[in-house]
Amino acid sequence: MIHLPLAHLLSEPVGVSHYVMVGAVLFTCGVLCMATKRNALGVLMGIELVLNGANLNFIAFGSHVLRNDVNSLGLDGQLMAMFVIVLAAAEAAVLLAIALNFYNNHNSIDVDRADELLG
Amino acid sequence: MESIYWPTFFFWLFSLISCSFAVGVLLASNIVRMAFYLVLSLASIAGLFFLAGADFVGAMQIMIYVGGTLVLLIFGVMLTSQERFIEMKTPSGEWVIAFFIGASLLGLLFQVAQGVPAWQGMDRLEAEAIAVEKTATPIGMGLLGVRVDKLDETDKSRQAGMSGYLLIFEIVSVHLLVVLIGAAYLARAKRKQNRENLASVT
Repeated sequence: MIHLPLAHLLSEPVGVSHYVMVGAVLFTCGVLCMATKRNALGVLMGIELVLNGANLNFIAFGSHVLRNDVNSLGLDGQLMAMFVIVLAAAEAAVLLAIALNFYNNHNSIDVDRADELLG
Repeated sequence: MESIYWPTFFFWLFSLISCSFAVGVLLASNIVRMAFYLVLSLASIAGLFFLAGADFVGAMQIMIYVGGTLVLLIFGVMLTSQERFIEMKTPSGEWVIAFFIGASLLGLLFQVAQGVPAWQGMDRLEAEAIAVEKTATPIGMGLLGVRVDKLDETDKSRQAGMSGYLLIFEIVSVHLLVVLIGAAYLARAKRKQNRENLASVT
């Protein structure tokens, strides 16, 4: 039998904390994406990543497979995740419409150029 | 040595794919590559949903997100990708600040995730005994206002959550209608005539 150094990780079930950590990585990537990208569509991608990190947390807290006790969110977590997915679709449509309008008027997609309200 | 617990193996596989492509979205400066990395990242998050027992939400993730939202986003990329907007570099000073903020945020969140005892994984025998039920019917009934998963709830304080999600469902559907009209209005094609009229007036 081959002994891999991390083999004990694979023989135990994962818990909620693993899911929360993956969600934290996605959330951090999304926040940094929103902060550093200059393309308006890049900012939109960052928002999608943040929403997916939150969704992963909702699913993990509602899962009976990861945590089988009465304090689990149960089906509420999955329903919340559904609403987040639907509202993310709506938000992406509106933001895309705004970005296209901005592109038509200014001939640019750089968010740093959107400074007319600075006065 | 114990044998491999396959859900854990697939959890690590999918989480590795989704996290690495999320980092790829952050680090890539080409907008087309970012969109492609985002597709792969979100698709493997759907795999994580399936592993957590949320089969319906995982299917919705693939259908709505990967099939709908991201196609919309890629259309946006194609409509706006002129030569000078495909590659937009971020100044390196901003990268340094972003690295420190991101590292501290990530460290904080990891510490919180590790710190709660109830969030650790359960025993393998216990986990193997759990029967996975399908969630499509309870979710559909919950959206109609009936919580079939909570019918035998005896605790009075928990019965408040039995009212279901009919109102939120209605609000979301009206919201989507408003968004449909609003987005179509915002992104409509401008008529050239208006500008010519304005020019002739001034």
